[in-house]
Amino acid sequence: MSLKKPVFFGLILAFGVYTLFVYTSGTTEAPDRELISKAGEEGRLLYQKYNCTACHQFYGMGGYLGPDLTNVMSTPGKGDLYVRALLKVGTDVMPNYELEDSEIDALVAYLDYVDNTGKFPEPDAQRTWYGSIKILD
Amino acid sequence: MKKDFIPHLFFGIALISLVSAMLIGSIAALQYVYPSFLQESMAFYKIRPLHVTFAVSWIVLAIFGGIYYYLPRICQSSLHSNGISRIHAVLFIATGVAIVVSVALGIFGGREYMAFSPILSIPVLVGWALFGFNYFKTLYKKLEKWPVYLWMWATGIVFMLFTFTEAHLWLIPYFRNNMVRDLTVQWKSYGAMVGSWNMLIYGTAIYLMHSITKEDEMAYGAKSFSLYFLGFAALLFGWGHHTYIIPVNPWIRTVAYVISMSELIILGNIIWNWRKTVSSSLKYADLLPARFLFSADLWVFLNLVLALILSVPALNVFTHGTRITVAHAMGTTIGINSTILLASLFYVLAQKYSTLLERHCKTINRGIWVFHIALFAFCTFLILSGLERSEWLNSETTLSFRQMSMSLRPYLIGFLVSGLAIAAGILMIVMPAFKCLHCFFTSKTEVESKLSEDDALYVDGIWK
Repeated sequence: MSLKKPVFFGLILAFGVYTLFVYTSGTTEAPDRELISKAGEEGRLLYQKYNCTACHQFYGMGGYLGPDLTNVMSTPGKGDLYVRALLKVGTDVMPNYELEDSEIDALVAYLDYVDNTGKFPEPDAQRTWYGSIKILD
Repeated sequence: MKKDFIPHLFFGIALISLVSAMLIGSIAALQYVYPSFLQESMAFYKIRPLHVTFAVSWIVLAIFGGIYYYLPRICQSSLHSNGISRIHAVLFIATGVAIVVSVALGIFGGREYMAFSPILSIPVLVGWALFGFNYFKTLYKKLEKWPVYLWMWATGIVFMLFTFTEAHLWLIPYFRNNMVRDLTVQWKSYGAMVGSWNMLIYGTAIYLMHSITKEDEMAYGAKSFSLYFLGFAALLFGWGHHTYIIPVNPWIRTVAYVISMSELIILGNIIWNWRKTVSSSLKYADLLPARFLFSADLWVFLNLVLALILSVPALNVFTHGTRITVAHAMGTTIGINSTILLASLFYVLAQKYSTLLERHCKTINRGIWVFHIALFAFCTFLILSGLERSEWLNSETTLSFRQMSMSLRPYLIGFLVSGLAIAAGILMIVMPAFKCLHCFFTSKTEVESKLSEDDALYVDGIWK
């Protein structure tokens, strides 16, 4: 008897179970983390509307023309005022989108939320003997 | 409608997309070196999604062109429905135009790699569903034993539908309101989507190799199926290396790491068979599609080594968020995917226009050399630039992002120059293909085409 179909459907079944795990308990945020606020949600939509991901990253994922923004709000020397100033006028690399003040507030709220979800690069990532890493929450 | 009109139409639009991707990609590379270049009219946030749209269109449309051409020949019957294939083509072309126009106008609303408004994803999904329906209905009860490439195409189609849908789960608040879940599911879908199109492309490569060598072991052998299942497992579970750094449940990381390391078997298989690969490449060196396929083998080897390095979490910490991952992406999409799809294109064109292609053989060969040397340099510059960025990211430096970016400039200039050389090499390769397609759509014979080329050389009574 050919094993092709049992192997094929076995893999699909395992994938289905694994996908459910990823969608639920595999990606639960720590209970003490802040939920995204209404302003943060608006900021997320604006982040997509202006396609910020073309140049910026979260957790190292996105374009590389601009810096990673995961922890821009909590990095010493950056933070709220720095972000607002850049969003207001742009730079010679980043266009001035002529954002309304309310839009800037929303984007800052979103970046605040993102900052609270974790660290990138992760300074406390522990390497294991078998080449994996442990990220301490 | 002319026989094989739809496959040729898909190949034609795919080639236009390829040339557009190179043109727009060159502008993007220029903007890396001179960030204010076209900042007012066509800033990077528009250029990058345009480049991605054209590059993905090239890959996807060339896949469709090949499968629509090969499927009736494999089944020795006509396609289940030519009407459905026509609707599929119209849907994809119209949606493609809508995406390009909206992105060029700065109308976004999606995510990375699918920056366009999600409403435009609906016709894309319908197009894939129509293609899948036609594929399975054409094959239904036609063959007793499916060769491995039919399994691969079937897997690719089904999982493109699944992963494309999954990539839009962010539209549901349960997913988008949790950053960790949102990013994980986004990259789960993207990773598996790339695995799905790789199934379609590698399936095409095996079909071509089988047609060229006539070795049935390649299409029906136990080893081929074992490698297929290994690739399938990687598609399903191997996406996690994109998200090692996200604070997910450690199991997700471990599963991805274990599955990724299983690709060592594929690497071992390549090394074990290198003698056979070299002798086959010499045996079929006269055939243009075979030349592309064997060069793809070399890129598979190089990219697999890089992929294995990137898949070790302890090393991924250093490479993630740098252009080393871009080097891997470019090595696979240009070095492997594009060369296999060019093999497929020239295989189809050579069935009807072998004399015309023969006439341009020298240009194509030169183009192949320019393309490969430039791509190697291109990836090297990306890796070097990535290493420098990695050092900046992972050390306690006081350099600002701007200062670090300026220090990357020499690599980015190298990246720009080699990118332009890749474009030149590809143009040398595809110009004869455009001529063949022109003959096809204008119903010119090869002889007529040769005569019209000669006419162009005879101007005002003088042979130029």
